[in-house]
Amino acid sequence: MHEMSICESILGLLQEQAQAQNFSKVERICLEIGPLSGVEVEALKFGFDVVMRGTLAEGARLDIIEPEGTAWCMPCGQTVKIEQRFDACPECGSHQLQVTGGGELRVKELEVN
Amino acid sequence: MCTVCGCGEGEVRIHGGDHHHHDTGHGHEHHHGHHHEHGHDHHHEHEHGHRHHDHGEGAHHYGEGPAGVSVPGMSQTRLIQLEQDILSKNNAYAAGNRQLFAERGILALNLVSSPGSGKTTLLVKTIEMLAGRFRPCVIEGDQQTSADADRIRATGAPAVQVNTGKGCHLDGHMVGHALEQLPLADGGIVFIENVGNLVCPAAFDLGEAHKVAILSVTEGEDKPLKYPDMFAASDLVLLNKTDLLPHLDFDMDVAIANARKVNPQVKVLRVSARSGEGMEAWCAWIEAARAMQLAGHPAGEAAQ
Repeated sequence: MHEMSICESILGLLQEQAQAQNFSKVERICLEIGPLSGVEVEALKFGFDVVMRGTLAEGARLDIIEPEGTAWCMPCGQTVKIEQRFDACPECGSHQLQVTGGGELRVKELEVN
Repeated sequence: MCTVCGCGEGEVRIHGGDHHHHDTGHGHEHHHGHHHEHGHDHHHEHEHGHRHHDHGEGAHHYGEGPAGVSVPGMSQTRLIQLEQDILSKNNAYAAGNRQLFAERGILALNLVSSPGSGKTTLLVKTIEMLAGRFRPCVIEGDQQTSADADRIRATGAPAVQVNTGKGCHLDGHMVGHALEQLPLADGGIVFIENVGNLVCPAAFDLGEAHKVAILSVTEGEDKPLKYPDMFAASDLVLLNKTDLLPHLDFDMDVAIANARKVNPQVKVLRVSARSGEGMEAWCAWIEAARAMQLAGHPAGEAAQ
């Protein structure tokens, strides 16, 4: 449950960008959060409103892109889709998987004024 | 570059105009608006005859919004492509810590577990076994109290307590400050005992060489599946309190298999701080990790 501190990191990042890129209001923020990032999207949405209150991003629209979790299956020699870290390969059932995507946790774009 | 169409020529002036060098038809650069740099008196008659708008008292300055340019139908709201990692700030602090460890040939281990796994007892025992060889230092993370740091100090090892207050994890910044207070020895070892929590510390890099997850056998074999992020982020799992196994239904093989499901490369050691089982193997692992950290470092060469 570190979604709150994730929101605070986002706010810090917005404040830095506001200075660097000269804006005073964030209208929309687009995040990319993978299913393997360890962040619960619903908790993040809740924390976002609370943390942004009274800041340059108060009332900003929050868009969240949730990319798929992917892994390289060693026995199959191919990329497969996974939903959780301990998922077996949907093709061969092996757990010899190397996670290759789904750990994203980043601010993709902002709409500012 | 023109931010509307991407055409070249950096010096296109679009002061107060919704017109553009494309639609004037003039080959020369012209400025209008009221900010002429030349000192002579002149009137704004705009002899050019091109399409322009009123520059009278109610001057219109379309291009002075945040976007610096005006395009009909588009608001001044800017779109900024950031693609920045949310944890980039923490990662920068962690990178600073990691650099310090590399420069001084220090092995840093981040010990993570749920509360009550026996981390501190294990650490006390480990320090006693390593003392005199590697000059271990400890950073203790807890929400409150300095009880754990006191236990470590009783062994003679320097320890700094970080109370995170409401925070559920240590971050790179806290660790950086704690390091400033420790008498770090070149070629030494820093143990970072994270806040007892199998969720949040997984996401926060502290600059350590390895995360070591401690799972006590009283907790159940399914913990690696319940908290996969932590076990995926760890390089070593210590199955602690093995002295209690005769009293439990804990299936060691299932626990190890579960850990490998989330992290096929993870190493697992069975230890008991109480009986001493596996402690030699754990210390040998630390020595090997330290040797890796010291490879090519002057402090390592001096020791040989």
